Amino acid sequence: MIAIQNYLVISALLFSIGLAVVVTKRNAILILMGIELMLNAVNLNMVAFSQYDPNRLQGQMFALFIMVIAAAEVTVALAIILKIYDYFKNIDLDEINSLKK
Amino acid sequence: MMQLAFFVFAAITVVGAFYLLFTKNILYAAFSLLLTLLGIAGLFVFAGADFLAVSQIMIYVGGILILLIFGIMLTNNKNFQRTNLQPNKIEVENHNRFWAFLIAVLLFLGFLKIIFKANFHIIGKQTHNGSSIHQIGINLMTDYIFVFEVIGVFLLAALIGAVYIAKKEKV
Repeated sequence: MIAIQNYLVISALLFSIGLAVVVTKRNAILILMGIELMLNAVNLNMVAFSQYDPNRLQGQMFALFIMVIAAAEVTVALAIILKIYDYFKNIDLDEINSLKK
Repeated sequence: MMQLAFFVFAAITVVGAFYLLFTKNILYAAFSLLLTLLGIAGLFVFAGADFLAVSQIMIYVGGILILLIFGIMLTNNKNFQRTNLQPNKIEVENHNRFWAFLIAVLLFLGFLKIIFKANFHIIGKQTHNGSSIHQIGINLMTDYIFVFEVIGVFLLAALIGAVYIAKKEKV
């Protein structure tokens, strides 16, 4: 049996890396990847705690809904990124700086 | 044996995440994200969540990652591609590196402090009773029926919204 601290440390590491990716990268798609990483870290936490609750599985239910939300979020975000690319011909976030010309 | 397998999956996850952080090539970043997601699916199995592991592979690897790779390919700069010697090498630059790494490391140390200070002994022993899919099905149709319906409507709304936003406008 695996101690719960292992899951928590891996999850904390993933969350920190996801945060660093979101803050440092300049490409919008990489930032989406960082957000996915952070959501996955949270999911791992939920599932790790849920193994002590096998009769109700609240953590696993929560993780399932988080996955669905993540899928919806990434589709809408990619649609917006495609529109931004159509307009600016670029998805470098440092150069997208006008709402309307 | 179980510990060893667990740490192999943990290493896969963490190495993928670090590669995602340090690589400059976006396509490599997408593939390292694939590695991370598969590793997390493995960790889910160790936590007794077999249904979630399979849905992780199907939703993230089969859906979200493919969408992200489509996004990478559709937003490629054509001028850059024409003039470059390696047209498939899409690079990305970093900004405010120092502060971001400082904040991330501090956040990680803070998490570590909380994790090792917390007292988890009150949690009872884990009881493995086979597959969790039966309980998830019962939960979805009883306690979580409202959330289940709402999330169905939400997915439909996201689908319609994404199609509407991404459609080409005739100017």
